[in-house]
Amino acid sequence: MNVVVCVKQIPDPAAPGALDPGTKNLVRAGKLILDDSDAYGVEMALQLADAAGGGDVTLVSMAPNGETSGLRTALAMGAAKAILISDESLAGTDALGTAKVLAAAIKRAEPDLILAATESTDGYTGTTPVQVAELLGLPSVTFAKKVEITGNSVKVERQTEAGYDEVESPLPAVVTVTAGVVEPRYPSFKGIMAAKSKPVETLTVADLGLDAGQVGSAGARQEVTEVADAEARSSGEIVVDEGEGYTRVIEFLEQLKVL
Amino acid sequence: MSVDKIWVLAEVADGAPITTSLELITAARELGGTVEAVAYGDATASVATTLGEYGVTTVHDVGDLGGALPGAPVAATIAAAVAAGSGPDAILFPATYDGRDIAGRLSVKLDRPVLTNVVGLSAGDGGLVSQHAIFGGSQILTARFTGDGPQIFVVRAKSFAAEPSGGPPAAVVASPAPDTGATGAARIVSRHVEERTGPKLDEANVVVSGGRGLGEKDQYALIEELAGLLHGAAGASRAIVDAGWVPYSHQVGQTGKTVKPTVYVACGISGATQHLVGMKNSKNIVAINKDQDAPIFSVADLGIVGDVHKVLPQLIEALKNRA
Repeated sequence: MNVVVCVKQIPDPAAPGALDPGTKNLVRAGKLILDDSDAYGVEMALQLADAAGGGDVTLVSMAPNGETSGLRTALAMGAAKAILISDESLAGTDALGTAKVLAAAIKRAEPDLILAATESTDGYTGTTPVQVAELLGLPSVTFAKKVEITGNSVKVERQTEAGYDEVESPLPAVVTVTAGVVEPRYPSFKGIMAAKSKPVETLTVADLGLDAGQVGSAGARQEVTEVADAEARSSGEIVVDEGEGYTRVIEFLEQLKVL
Repeated sequence: MSVDKIWVLAEVADGAPITTSLELITAARELGGTVEAVAYGDATASVATTLGEYGVTTVHDVGDLGGALPGAPVAATIAAAVAAGSGPDAILFPATYDGRDIAGRLSVKLDRPVLTNVVGLSAGDGGLVSQHAIFGGSQILTARFTGDGPQIFVVRAKSFAAEPSGGPPAAVVASPAPDTGATGAARIVSRHVEERTGPKLDEANVVVSGGRGLGEKDQYALIEELAGLLHGAAGASRAIVDAGWVPYSHQVGQTGKTVKPTVYVACGISGATQHLVGMKNSKNIVAINKDQDAPIFSVADLGIVGDVHKVLPQLIEALKNRA
């Protein structure tokens, strides 16, 4: 079974984010790393391919400047190969444009299953995987907390407000997985060494046969008009606990009449 | 482009429209023009009265989906209305599991982008203008659509207050979905309701959340116990959801639920921007963390610099003794 995992390479979330003062796009110029949220999809793909008795796990990613460091992390975990779409004309692409690019690249891999995170950590638009499914004419099951392949269909436990739904879908299908559903493996030393020589196919917008006017800032039909500081919340009273700190919490709760 | 007609996705749970949909209907009313709703499922006719009370004139009823997930069929119904010229100028979706699915599919069908994580809306020259909280809510970004076509927004819960306007029951128009082919092939086989003691996370008056500072999975029991004693709900930071300690449904933050309780108690949570955006609008915030420099203290009304493993058991014991 061939599985494609959509992965995003993002600026380190531990570092403070910034917007470009001119374009108001998120600055993605420095080193990028694999989005933590995507490690679950990669792990899930590896486990499902294993359980199905084999098949390739292919990564698909769109990133500026030919960035591959995040891809290498996922390749070190065990993915077989990667498709990277990197093109100057993609700067400023919105979520729908990103979905068009990813869908065109995914088609080339002819997967049985496409996995993605429910949303990225940096932009967190959360619509791209479903947009990819619609562009490819495929069913989708989002917010999966358990995924199982049986024959030519996928069985998913999908998160709901009340609990979960058991959902079945024919393959190929797009499935988004929530965090914490599997434990992503740490790349072994052997895996890291092997990842260096695994194939990463780098494609441009033209390679995918897409019209440059559909992507990048030219294709984006939404714009940021203003960025302003939010009203700051003033910080309150700080108590250093020396064994009696809890009594102050109780007083506070009493003042608020929740006790 | 003027906004004369706004549609709102009226999601129905337990026989009633969800609060976020009512919040969006209230907001849509203020933005001018006609407010109509799109609903699906087997209980839609019975919610027309409530929707009317909040200002909806017409409910476009997709009807029972026969076990299909809502994304494809509901998007197909809306797209068909747009194609027929009877569609809206703007569509507001609640940021729910199904709302996001429908918005994403609709975006492709109409070839229009979608703005998500909206926390505010106003009427502008070229249609609606949306506000988005970025970098942990420290900055507010304003965005708008360019080009023609319906404007699609996915709005976070509690961005607006829901207030009825006293309107008459809405008219219900049957709008069954066109054939969705392979895109609608995913089927719900069975539904599972998980037992919950106490209020829902996003409706609770008190929320007690735990983070990495708890040290290990078993310690989350302290959070549940304290939440129980305060008649509140138990939440979690992304770090411990990612680690598999608690299910995703407990997560508060950018990825997860937005909460605005009377009191939010953050225990062993450092206060990453990811978390702050989901809770910093709580009316009162108590933080317990051993790191005095943790960012959570910058938003706390009461900060206890201390070890959660000492403070929480003391707090729990004291509350038990009061009971």
